[in-house]
Order: sequence, then C-alpha cells, then structure tokens
Amino acid sequence: MNVDSVNLIVILAMAVITYLTRLGGVFISRRLAGMDARMRAAFEAIPPVVLIAVVAPSMLTEGVAETAASAIAIVAALRLPLIAVILIGTLAVVLLRLAGL
Amino acid sequence: MWLAMSDISSAMRRGFLDITPIIPAAVPIGLLFGAIAASKGLSPFEVWLMSALVFAGGAQFAAVELWSPPLPIAAILFSTLLINSRHILMGASLGPKLDAFSPPLRNVALFFMIDEIWAMSERRATLERVTPAYWFTMGLILVFMWSVSSAAGAVVGAAIEDPARYGFDFVFTAMFIGLVMGFWKSRHAGAGIVAAALASALVHFVFGPPWHVLAGAAAGLIAAWAAAGRSAAA
Repeated sequence: MNVDSVNLIVILAMAVITYLTRLGGVFISRRLAGMDARMRAAFEAIPPVVLIAVVAPSMLTEGVAETAASAIAIVAALRLPLIAVILIGTLAVVLLRLAGL
Repeated sequence: MWLAMSDISSAMRRGFLDITPIIPAAVPIGLLFGAIAASKGLSPFEVWLMSALVFAGGAQFAAVELWSPPLPIAAILFSTLLINSRHILMGASLGPKLDAFSPPLRNVALFFMIDEIWAMSERRATLERVTPAYWFTMGLILVFMWSVSSAAGAVVGAAIEDPARYGFDFVFTAMFIGLVMGFWKSRHAGAGIVAAALASALVHFVFGPPWHVLAGAAAGLIAAWAAAGRSAAA
C-alpha cells in the first residue's frame, strides 16, 4: 500500500473542492426565494440544460454514428421508458459503428 | 406511520432499480480510469482513494491527464473546480427538493451528488419525494462500484480494451438524452435545451473541455429566461 505524500495531498484537495461545489448550490437556492416568473423559468431549466451541456459534444461533434444514434434516442424518448432509450441508443451506436459510420 | 419499514424498503428497491442501468456503464469506465491513472504512476490504493473521495468521473479523468511530475497542482485543482462547478447549479436546483432530509443528513447526502444520481433524483422529485433511503441506496452502490472498478483497473493496467468498441461510452449519452427529453415540458425549457446543446458543442469544438459545460449551461439558462419573458408578454 504505497502512498506518495504529494499525491495524497492533491487527492484530498480535489475531494474537498469537489465536495464544496456539491454543497454550495444548496445555500444559493435559499437566496432565490422571491424570484419572478422569468427567473423561475430559467431556474427550472437548470436540470435539462446542465445535462445536455455535458453530453452535447458526444452527440454532435464525435461523428456520424454518434449523431445518428442520438437522433434515434431522441425519437425513442418521445414514447419509451428510460431503460429502453438507453438500450436502443447504445445498440444503434454499436451497429452504426460496425457499419463504418 | 410514514416511516414504516415497507416504505423504506420500497424506496431502497426503487433506488436499486434506478441505479442498476448505470452500473454496466460505470464499471468499464472505472476500469479504464484506473488503467490510465496507473500508467501515470498512481498506485492502486491512490486510485481507489481518489475515486472514493472525489467521486467525479470527468474531473478525475482531467486530473490524471495532467498527472506527470512535477505535479501541476494548481492546474489540477483549477480543472477540478471548473469541471465540477456545474454541481453548484445542480445543488441549487435539487436542494429544496431534499426536504425529507435533516440539514446535517442532507449535507452528508450531497457528497453523493454525481450527475447520474442527481438526474435520477430530479426525475423522481417530479413524481414523489426523494427520501434518504432512495438516495443513499444509489449513492453507496455507485461509489462502491466506481472505486472498486477504478482500483481493479489500476491493478490490471493497460490490459483493458477500448470501451468504445462495445458502445459503453455511449450509454451515458443515451441515458442523458432520455432524461433531458423528460424535462422538455415547456417552450422555454425547449429553447434552453437547444441553446445549451449548440453552445456546448460549439465551445467544445473550438476550445475543448472543460469550458463547454459552463458555456452550454449559461447559454441555456439565458435562452430559457428570454423565452419565458416573450411568452409572458404575449
């Protein structure tokens, strides 16, 4: 069990920074009580907007197979439950990559 | 009695069912992370420690990319802060929905707020109260699978095959698409989603990670704000 002291300090500092970002939002939300309708609309858009910002590059900039599979997953998501969307999207990307796209 | 054991066990069961589809994606990525980290000189114990304590895949991959002597400590920590700054928005949105938690328990629970657990909980909060039993079931399973698969990857090293061959890398994308579509319930939400996708992809293409998350989120929030104003005036 070898642990380098510099590595250990950097790992612990990363952990503290990460935890503070997870804790910080809760204290911001308390100050947002008297929001107007527009602010509330922006606030309610946080979940989908953050999620799509994380994955948009892999949907749109990686290649034809990924973009096409994303489109298939979007169509699937209009009707089907989440687990089916995951299976169909992943299967689509595997088949499209095998097809050479 | 609302705290009946059957309620707790049904919330645990629900948490187990919600986290299960994420495991087949998290384990290969954990193995890959461990293999990369080991190639940068981190020991299996250090890899396990980082995955167990930091518990943020994107920031960890970025950190080990930078991990070569002499350690660029400031760059590693700044990259960690920037990639994880999205948690502040996530916590601002989810925090008020964790009203079944006492404040100290909520602060402990927030350690487990990674993208997938947060997204599942946001979705569940639209239907039912998010309870500690539901949250901690997902959190403990995922931190265990993530840290153990990372350490295993560090032990096995570069023997891991490319996860893209099996489409594992796309599982997260497909899952996020499914979750995002569930939030597309109004015109202003739709405007925010489209703006965020385009801004994120563009910034990723031009500047590379990790700026795309912040840029996409900012563009999406501004678009949702603007679209809501127009519909309110009409």
